Parts: sequence; C-alpha cells; structure tokens
Amino acid sequence: MNDLLAARSQMAMSLGFHILFAVAGMAMPLLMLIAQWRHLRTGEAVFHELALRWAKGTAILFAVGAVSGTVLSFELGLLWPRFMQYAGPLIGMPFSLEGFAFFLEAIFLGLYLYGWKKLTPKVHLLCGAVVALSGLASGVFVVAVNAFMNTPSGLVLDAAGQVKDFDPYVAFFSASFPTQAAHTALASYASVSFAVMAIHAWRLRADPTSVFHKKAFEISLLVAVISTPLQIFSGDRSAKHLAEHQPAKLAAAEAVFHTTRAAPLSIGGWPDVDARELKYAIEIPGALSILGKGDPDAEIVGLDQVPRADWPNVPVVHLAFQVMVGCGTAMLGVCALAALLWWRKKLFAPRFLLLVMASGPLGLIALEAGWVVTEVGRQPWILRGLMRTADAVTPMPGLVVPFLTFSLLYFVLGAVVVVLLREHVFAVKR
Amino acid sequence: MSAPEAAWLLIGAALLAYVLTAGADFGAGFWHLVARGPRGDAQREALEHELAPIWEANHVWLIFIVVALFTLFPSAFSVMSISLHLPLTAALIGIVLRGTAFTFRAYGLQPEPRRSALGRVFAVASVVTPLFLGMSLAALSTGAIRVAGGEVATGFFAGWTTLFAVSVGLLAIALFALLAAVYMTVAAPEPVRSDFRRLAIGAELAAAGFALAAFLRAGADAPALYARLSGSAWTWPVQLGAFGFAVATLGALWFRRFGLARFTVAAQVAMVVIGWGAAMGGHFVLPDVSLHNAASPPQVFAAFFPAVAAGAVLLGPSLFFLFRVFRAR
Repeated sequence: MNDLLAARSQMAMSLGFHILFAVAGMAMPLLMLIAQWRHLRTGEAVFHELALRWAKGTAILFAVGAVSGTVLSFELGLLWPRFMQYAGPLIGMPFSLEGFAFFLEAIFLGLYLYGWKKLTPKVHLLCGAVVALSGLASGVFVVAVNAFMNTPSGLVLDAAGQVKDFDPYVAFFSASFPTQAAHTALASYASVSFAVMAIHAWRLRADPTSVFHKKAFEISLLVAVISTPLQIFSGDRSAKHLAEHQPAKLAAAEAVFHTTRAAPLSIGGWPDVDARELKYAIEIPGALSILGKGDPDAEIVGLDQVPRADWPNVPVVHLAFQVMVGCGTAMLGVCALAALLWWRKKLFAPRFLLLVMASGPLGLIALEAGWVVTEVGRQPWILRGLMRTADAVTPMPGLVVPFLTFSLLYFVLGAVVVVLLREHVFAVKR
Repeated sequence: MSAPEAAWLLIGAALLAYVLTAGADFGAGFWHLVARGPRGDAQREALEHELAPIWEANHVWLIFIVVALFTLFPSAFSVMSISLHLPLTAALIGIVLRGTAFTFRAYGLQPEPRRSALGRVFAVASVVTPLFLGMSLAALSTGAIRVAGGEVATGFFAGWTTLFAVSVGLLAIALFALLAAVYMTVAAPEPVRSDFRRLAIGAELAAAGFALAAFLRAGADAPALYARLSGSAWTWPVQLGAFGFAVATLGALWFRRFGLARFTVAAQVAMVVIGWGAAMGGHFVLPDVSLHNAASPPQVFAAFFPAVAAGAVLLGPSLFFLFRVFRAR
C-alpha cells in the first residue's frame, strides 16, 4: 500500500467512523426531545423513561463523536498539510462556526443530562431543543466545508493559476452547499430513526407487550416517515445540482461514458472502464435526463468530456450510487407500508417488525455510500479543478502504520459502543 | 495592534484556557493511575464525580487552536503538522483512548473487571497525551525545526526528541497533576481532600524539579529560547511571578487555604504559559515561522473575527448558565 492510498484510507476510515456518531449527535436529540415533549403533554411515565434512555444513548454517541471529530481536525493537517495550507483560510470560517456549535451542543447536553432535577420542565425541554438545533447546525457547517471542496468558489486566480484574491463569505456559500446540507441533514434523521426503530422492533419481538418499546417504535417511525420522502425529494435536487455543477461525478455515478441525449437511468450493472461501457444494467429510457435536467430529451454529459486522467474510480462510484439509491428506495417502501399498517391498526404485526429489523441498517449504509459517491466521485481532486489529492498528501513515509493503528482503535471503540448501548439504552425495562 | 498580532494573542489565550481546563482533566487521569492505599477507590470516585458534567468538552479549546492556526496562519499549521507528525499522532491516539474510556467507564460497564481495565486505559492515556503535547510545544522553541523554500527541511524527529522537550513533557504532566490535585482539595469531601492536599504538595515539588531541568537543558537544546528567557527585561517579572505563585500555592496548601490555592495555582500555570509565549515573541516555530510570514491575507482575519465574536456572544451566557446551574448546590 503506497502512502497516498494509506492516507486516503485513513481519512476514509476516520470520516466513515465519525459520520455515524455525527448523525447520531444530530438526530438522537430530536428523538429524545419528542419523547420528553410527549411526557410533558401526557404525563405518562413511559415517555420520561424513554427520554432518559435516549439522552443516555445520545451522550455515549456524542462523546465518541467529539473524540473522533477532534482526531479529524488534526488529521486534516497530519495527512493533507498542503491542502490545508492552500485552503485553510477559505474553510476556516465554517470550521470555527462548527466548533462553536459543537461546544454549544456539549454545554446544553451537559445541562440536559444532569439537569433533570435542577431545571424546571420547560427550561429543561428548551435545553434539549438547543442540543438538537446546535447538533443540526454543526452538521450543516461541516458540510459547507465539503461543499467548498466539491465546488470551490470565492477564488480569483491569476493567469498562472495562483490564487490572487478570495472572499471567505462566497467560499462559505458555494454552489453545492444548499443541496448538500439538506441532503446530509435529512440523511441523519432518516438513517438514525431507521436504526433506532429497528432496535426497538427487535426488542418488541422478544417482548410484544412492552409499552416502552412500542412508544419508542412509534416516535422513531414518525421521524422516519417524515424525513424519508423529503430525502428522496432532496436526492432529486442533488442530482440536478450534479448535472449542472459536477457532471463528472454524475457521469461516474451512472457510468455514463458517452455524452447522450435522452439518457437512460441504469440500474445495477458493472462498468467496463476499458471498453467504456456499462454491462448488464437495466435501463429506464430517458429517466436519467429527467433526473438530471427535468427533461426526457436533455443532454447528459458523459465521461468522454472529461480527460481520462481526471476520471474518478467509475466502478466504485457507480456501485456506491446504486447502493445509496437502492437503500433509499427500500426505505421509502417501508415507510409507505408503515403508513398503510398504521391506518389498518396493524403496526405491530410481527412480520412487519421483522421487516423493520431487517431494514434497520439501510439508512446508515445509504449514508456511507452517499459519502463514497461524493468523495470518491470528486477524485482525483481534493479541491475540484484546483488541487489534486496526490499533491496534498504529507511527505511523511510509512503512513500505513497510523492507518492500521487508527483502524484497530476505532474497531475496538465501535465494539464497546455496541455493548454499552445494548446494556444501557435498549435493554427491556422490567 | 495588527490583526495577526491580535490573532496570535487569541491563540495564546486559547492555549492557556486549554491548559487550565483540559490540563486539570489530564491531571485527574494521572491521579487515577497512581491512586493507592486504603482510600484509592474513594479517590477515584471523587475524581470521576468532579469530571462528569464537563467530560471531553474542554477539547474545544484545542480544536479552536487548530482551526485558528490553519485559517489564519496556514503555513505554520502545515509546518507543524509535517515536522511533528509523530508526537501529534501519539497524542491523538491518547485523546481517543482517554475520551472514550472515560465515557464508557462513567456509564458503568459491568462487570467490575472490565470497568477497572477501562479505568487503566483512561489513566495511561491521560499521562501519554500531555507528555506528547508538551514535547510538541517544546519542539517549536528548540530552533531545530527549520524551513527552507516553504518546505520542512529537518525531517520528522527534529526538536521533539531532545532532552529539553522531554523535560517539558514531564513538566506538563506534573503541572496538570498539580492543577487537578488543587482543584480536588476544593471539591472533594474529607478525608480524600487531605489526600489531595498531600499529593498537590508533592506535585508542586516535582513540577519545580522538571521546570529547573527544562530551563537548564534549554541552554543546549533551545538556545534561542534560552537567550530570551535569560536575557530579556520582561522575563524576570514573569519568572519571579511563576516562582512567587508556586510558593504561595505551597503556603496556601500547607495552611489549608484551598480556595486561595486554587487561584494561586492557576496564576502559577498561567505565568509559565505566558512566559513561554512571550519568549516565542510572535513566532510559531523558532526561528523560521512567525506571525508575519505565516499570516493569511487581511480578508481572512476580517471574516474570522466576527465569526468568533458571534460564537462568543452565544457561548458566554451558555457557559455562565451551565456553571450557575451546577455550582448552586
């Protein structure tokens, strides 16, 4: 494994690990807030117990997110010092705002966790709301940085390609910021609610009369059925953004090798990069043109308009895109079925619970796959069109050692988190 | 004062805040590791009780320093990241182990043997992290890290492998242990309080020893820093101040004036940080990287300061609220 690949792997592993805890830090406070609000409205003790448990879960996940986030802020420099030297001034503002939002979330989570007896119920609920809002804000600020890497803006270059002037405010609001921020925020609510729902479905199968798990299931289902359809809509907006601003990424995602009018949407298949064709795919005529441009006859830019040296890894991006879209569609199906069953008062049918359990990981898988699409799809650039990833890496040799060390560390951490959550959050209350 | 100068001071202030808050957290981990005797378990419990509401939030100062560096002084950040890759990575591993082990322990992993194993991880990481952070900071003052043509010219071992850097790393451990022990004399109940009084006095004496060792080794390993520390006009008030507050801390501990000791120990540690900062004299890496040659263009400062001000307006009252709720017992 060469140093560039080791550095990329370490970054991918660190981000892939952190993002799971980051989305939990965004979405778990919302669940906990709804439970507590229900408690204040109904006075039922079960909602209080639920808010307590979810708050504890939030605290555990948040702590791991805080630590893995600290690691990432250092890794930016340790692995990509030249990128940071170039782009640090431009992405500093969203990063510093993210730091404040994170600190705010930490302060109010502390107040929430330890303030049950010291604060009035309304103030306590308000503290929970600040946790949820600042969690959302910190996610949005971090995405602003990634959006800038995808569509750099606010830079003025001279004839030699050197930065002559730049505007940090324009850099903050780059072209992909709005779509990407919405897509990530909704992803966090959809994926976390599906995961939480699945765990409570699992407990319900063991203990079908548990009111605790029924209420938990209902609240997470509510968040899922609202966020999932919105996410599908937001995905459509993202595709239109890609078609206009990042055509190489969309071309790789759909393995479009040749620029075409009335481009078909390809489902599945395997891209043969040397032959420049997608094999064994199911094609829906004109659907990609509708997805990308809103017009069945519109032209979709193919990889033939991108220099061969600037292609991302097409099979990886295509596969990740298929996984993301597939998971999202399946989740939409589960939500539709849930609405039907709820209407027919059969929400807790054992077979449906089994289906929900099986679909628990779908959101998190889609989340990871979506990050692969946006990150691998941007390659070979770290800053699209301006700086290559290979030019950004540290001169430090032997990077495979920290990669393996941090992988092992995160693997152990992940295992312990699972044990903790099982013992303290999802155990059946007797 | 120019914007880069103000930013340099702001980064120094954040470092001071990190040392005084997270430093005490690391120190608590140190006492966790060495707690012995009939009241060892009682001491550990008192430490955990005091740590719980704030847990790892104190790292926000470190994150602020990192963000301010790469935003406002990107080449300084790049030089540090390359030349100190190894000790910073070691410190990072310590931060990961520490933060998570503590949280898991605080949320009570059963059965008991696993719990104490995690406590050991937490404690060892609490000692390793400040050691490497201290060595990294010391390396910046040695003059051993050189930059030529915008690139680090001295490899990956320069500076932090000197005896001076090791002494500073040990000094950091001792000062953090001192901070934690003194804070515990204020917060903990008897008889644990008296234990920490004794331990604080020991830590103060150890810190004095390591400070002297670092000062003496600086002559050989960090000549530029040594020249400034021993030759400038401002240095003696600061050094005498640090010494005076150290003596005052010992006195306050001896006479059981714990509230006073908490103030004097914070002042003592602040004097050490301020003295080091003043000796760095506007440099990030002696002698090649300074606030003058590493600063971003003015519009970056113009955007950064309002963002920080807006954040501070939100955070100030929030922190005040946090402390008011939990201190009003």
